[in-house]
Amino acid sequence: MVHFVWLVPLLPLLGFLITGIWRNRLSKTAIALTGCGTVLGSFVASCILFFQALSPGFRSTPVHLFDFISAGPLRIPFDFQVDQLTLVFLLIITGVGFLIHLYSASYMWSDAGYGRYFSYLNLFVFSMLLLVLGANYVILFMGWEGVGLCSYLLIGFWYDRDDFNKAAKKAFIMNRIGDLGFLIGLFLMISRFSSVSFGEVFSRAPSLGPHSGVMVAITLLLLVGAVGKSAQIPLYTWLPDAMAGPTPVSALIHAATMVTAGIYMIARSHVLYSLAPATLTVVAVIGLATAILAASIALKQNDIKKILAYSTVSQLGYMFLGLGVGVFGASVFHVMTHAFFKALLFLGAGSVIHALGGEQDIRKMGGLRRKLPVTYWTFLVACLAISGIPPFSGFFSKDAILGAAYQEQPLLYFIGLAGALMTAFYMFRLFFLTFHGEFRGSEESAQHLHESPPAMTIPLILLAVLSLIGGWVGIPAFLGGRDLLGNFLAPVFSNGPAASLPAAAGNTDLILMVVAAVLSIAVIFWTRGLYRRYRQGGTPGRGLVRLLEHKWYVDELYDFLFTRPLGRLSDWLESRVESPVIDGAVNGMGRMVQWGSRQVRLVQSGQVGLYIFGMVAGAIILFLIGFFLIK
Amino acid sequence: MWTVLLILIPLITGLAAFFIPGKAAKSWALGSSLVTLAAACFSISGSLHGTSGADVSWISQIGSRFTVSLDGMGLVLCLLNGVVFPVVFIANWKKDYQRPSSFYGLMLLAQAGMMGVFTAMDALLFYAFWELALIPVYFLCSFWGGDRRIRVTFKFFVYTFLGSLLMLAGIIYLYFQTPGAPSFSYAAFVLAGRALPAAVQGGLFWLFFVAFAVKMPVFPFHTWQPDTYEQSPTPVTIILSAVMVKMGVFGLIRWVIPVFPEGVSHWSNVAMILSVTGIIYASVLAIRQGDLKRLVAYSSIAHVGLMSAAIFSRNPIGLEGVIFQMFSHGITITGMWLIVGIFERKIRTRRITDLGGVARSAPAMAIAFMIICLGHIALPLTNGFVGEFLMFTGLYQFSPWAMVPAGLAVILVAVYILNMLQRVLFGIPGEHTRGMADLGAGEYIALGILVALIIGFGVYPQPLLDLAHGTTSSLVAYF
Repeated sequence: MVHFVWLVPLLPLLGFLITGIWRNRLSKTAIALTGCGTVLGSFVASCILFFQALSPGFRSTPVHLFDFISAGPLRIPFDFQVDQLTLVFLLIITGVGFLIHLYSASYMWSDAGYGRYFSYLNLFVFSMLLLVLGANYVILFMGWEGVGLCSYLLIGFWYDRDDFNKAAKKAFIMNRIGDLGFLIGLFLMISRFSSVSFGEVFSRAPSLGPHSGVMVAITLLLLVGAVGKSAQIPLYTWLPDAMAGPTPVSALIHAATMVTAGIYMIARSHVLYSLAPATLTVVAVIGLATAILAASIALKQNDIKKILAYSTVSQLGYMFLGLGVGVFGASVFHVMTHAFFKALLFLGAGSVIHALGGEQDIRKMGGLRRKLPVTYWTFLVACLAISGIPPFSGFFSKDAILGAAYQEQPLLYFIGLAGALMTAFYMFRLFFLTFHGEFRGSEESAQHLHESPPAMTIPLILLAVLSLIGGWVGIPAFLGGRDLLGNFLAPVFSNGPAASLPAAAGNTDLILMVVAAVLSIAVIFWTRGLYRRYRQGGTPGRGLVRLLEHKWYVDELYDFLFTRPLGRLSDWLESRVESPVIDGAVNGMGRMVQWGSRQVRLVQSGQVGLYIFGMVAGAIILFLIGFFLIK
Repeated sequence: MWTVLLILIPLITGLAAFFIPGKAAKSWALGSSLVTLAAACFSISGSLHGTSGADVSWISQIGSRFTVSLDGMGLVLCLLNGVVFPVVFIANWKKDYQRPSSFYGLMLLAQAGMMGVFTAMDALLFYAFWELALIPVYFLCSFWGGDRRIRVTFKFFVYTFLGSLLMLAGIIYLYFQTPGAPSFSYAAFVLAGRALPAAVQGGLFWLFFVAFAVKMPVFPFHTWQPDTYEQSPTPVTIILSAVMVKMGVFGLIRWVIPVFPEGVSHWSNVAMILSVTGIIYASVLAIRQGDLKRLVAYSSIAHVGLMSAAIFSRNPIGLEGVIFQMFSHGITITGMWLIVGIFERKIRTRRITDLGGVARSAPAMAIAFMIICLGHIALPLTNGFVGEFLMFTGLYQFSPWAMVPAGLAVILVAVYILNMLQRVLFGIPGEHTRGMADLGAGEYIALGILVALIIGFGVYPQPLLDLAHGTTSSLVAYF
């Protein structure tokens, strides 16, 4: 079966072509069947691969498809590779991806661009599969840029709206900034290891010796790419704007694809990162800072999707923290549980927005509990999961990261815990404002409130079940679990630092877990008291609140520092350099030639003697030049 | 023998076209260009077996022979030359030019000249073809161009002609240095050039470099280009930027790198600085261009700057990237110009602010434009990525200090292309674009071919790289 692994990405690619080329000819049913069916097919294929990998004799070998680039000494084969890390991602991408497709089939039904939507969605899944299946950094980069393109197309899906196009463009350009770092990292890698294939690079990497500056440089450059793709400081601002696209797209970007690419890439390169402890520290610091910053912004946002977007940025920060403290497996675990509950949150938000006819401001919601029961209960599960309440999935994965952070440096843990409490606060603020209290929207929209159709609620229910039990595959030994996921991933990360904690850490970790859970529950009850009976619309805040409402003015800062100066530089070059200086010099030379030719014309007097004199003089000059200069 | 046909077919049919009246000249030109394309495809097998060349006595009194042959790089460019002309003719099938016999005749003559440039292995022959390619273009610009055509063509003429003269001076000088009887043959030039002292090589390097740099163009020799591209009729703009620009790139690789190795290594830092400056300079200027033609012109300068930088990195990986990129840039930029030409013809405007909402009114055109732009910003799985990746790899081996500033273009190209796409394709159709018709049959076929080439060589670039490899492997010795 491993040799047929190309089927996994091929199916969504076919789906993309079919729904794209015949988007106006096929019926909506046919489009939905193709779009969802191809991803379901990939999921089934991934499951078969997964069960094969469970057998003890499984070994990961690259599958050679064809030679992509062979230039000079550089060989870049088009190879796929299936190992345990890839398999976990395959299951997340195709599984959660399929549920999002299914949900979209109903959610987008009345949209004129139905075929276009599904073709982009399938292309998105294809790109992400390419990314995790590639056996070298260039194939990975293909998927990497591919998801960037798809996010661009989907964020700007409703292209009539200029602000949506702007958000799409911002996503692409911010990603490109990261990509440049990634590319430079690749070039450095090529110059040192003459290869971009994982196997060759990882086996040659130790030859650089410990504390190698080159290794720090390579890993830092790759990190720049990951920071762009996974929306970390300082390249995170595109993700909150990316919610301009249809809501299921946000679920796809935030949960199953795209933003997890950075985590995957670093986990995949763990051999390199383990050789560069300095970079790992940077990863941890960036992750933690992002987790806190994004959580603080989420406290004061009022757009339901924007809150979720900042929560994604924050959760990705935790995953970076996990990578930074060396528990790669725990980060992958959190990718998985986060995929479940974040997809659920966005799809639930979609259900709410759908019911309210497009309203996204949570101050104008309220009391939706009775009208949208399925959405309400599933959303509650997701909120509990993201807030880290046992036994929901987020509890185990977040604690695996925070526990490891404590081992590394207790301060990391306490800052991380503060972020987790903020998470509980903003999620339940959102939850109570949306579902509890009185309905604060218009009379008219109150009439239209309705629960979503089954094609939308079934994915919600499935994701809710996964958000509840998904964490149980990673219950650590000191809680009596068997850490199935950690053991499954062990062959991949075996040559890195220990994937699971030493047994002695058990007691401390148990205490930390209990503290975190109890505090989170306390925060939830406090939030309930604050927002259950919320009535009036908000007034603009002052001081810190104002800073938070305006997202720390980071967008404005970037605009001031980069966007506007670049435009001004372009204008300045056009008006002050290009035409007056460079073109001016050329035209000046042209005028000089014209002037010169007028003077020379005087020489053409028709006197043969003058001509002969000129010829002789010229010949003498040439001779002298030849004699003295060239010899 | 195929090589001679590649030159003779467009040359003879081009001369004949002047005597074919009216609209028949259009069909004549298309037929001719298709035959040439077929000949270029057939010559692949010949060039692999080394049997495609020809060596005939020409002006034997001064030691110049009609020597032509195809190596990998020459073949890549002849294929490009072969592909672009029929695509241009098909796309402009509906457009009627005044005095069509002269128009198509001159076009074919330019094609013949370029075929000669890419195959000549004799310096005098090379120079003759170089001029044969340029002269028809002067006429095409000055008779069929826009309002400011006379002034702009004059500038273009003076610029390139001065460059050509410098090259001619260099050729004559080298001619007298050849070992044995004076000869213009390539082999003799290589021997003669390499035997010269470093300082003389450096001087000769500048004579040739300026000629080629004007043609490419490399900063700061570029100011003729945006004006000329803007004023020329679209088919001529395409020929200029898709194929003729490559004469300069080709010239550097064929006639400069192996002939003046010491001159190159002495001046490569200066050339590198000019190239990299040009990349950033042109990319930044492209951001605020309001005219589509000028935007594409500046972005082309940036792309060519990267090719030039990669040449002076003198690295086999980068050089294969340059040869690959010559082809793929030719394809992509042809697509860009075709789209601009369609706007010009259908709604009579090229101003970006006049456009918008094309995705709604002309979806097929929007999709083609999007894919071409993706090739232009070098997204993986398009042909643009392969060339750019290899060129940057080579550039990095030369020096990270050259590669990193040049790499800023990766971001800047996304900035100006996406800015442009946002205002052209997206938004609500405006007054000009509202009732705009989608692609006609000819445009559909032409853009379809280009899109297929963009994606085809993006997924499977190896055939072209294999051709490029033939040339670079013999050049490595001169690095």
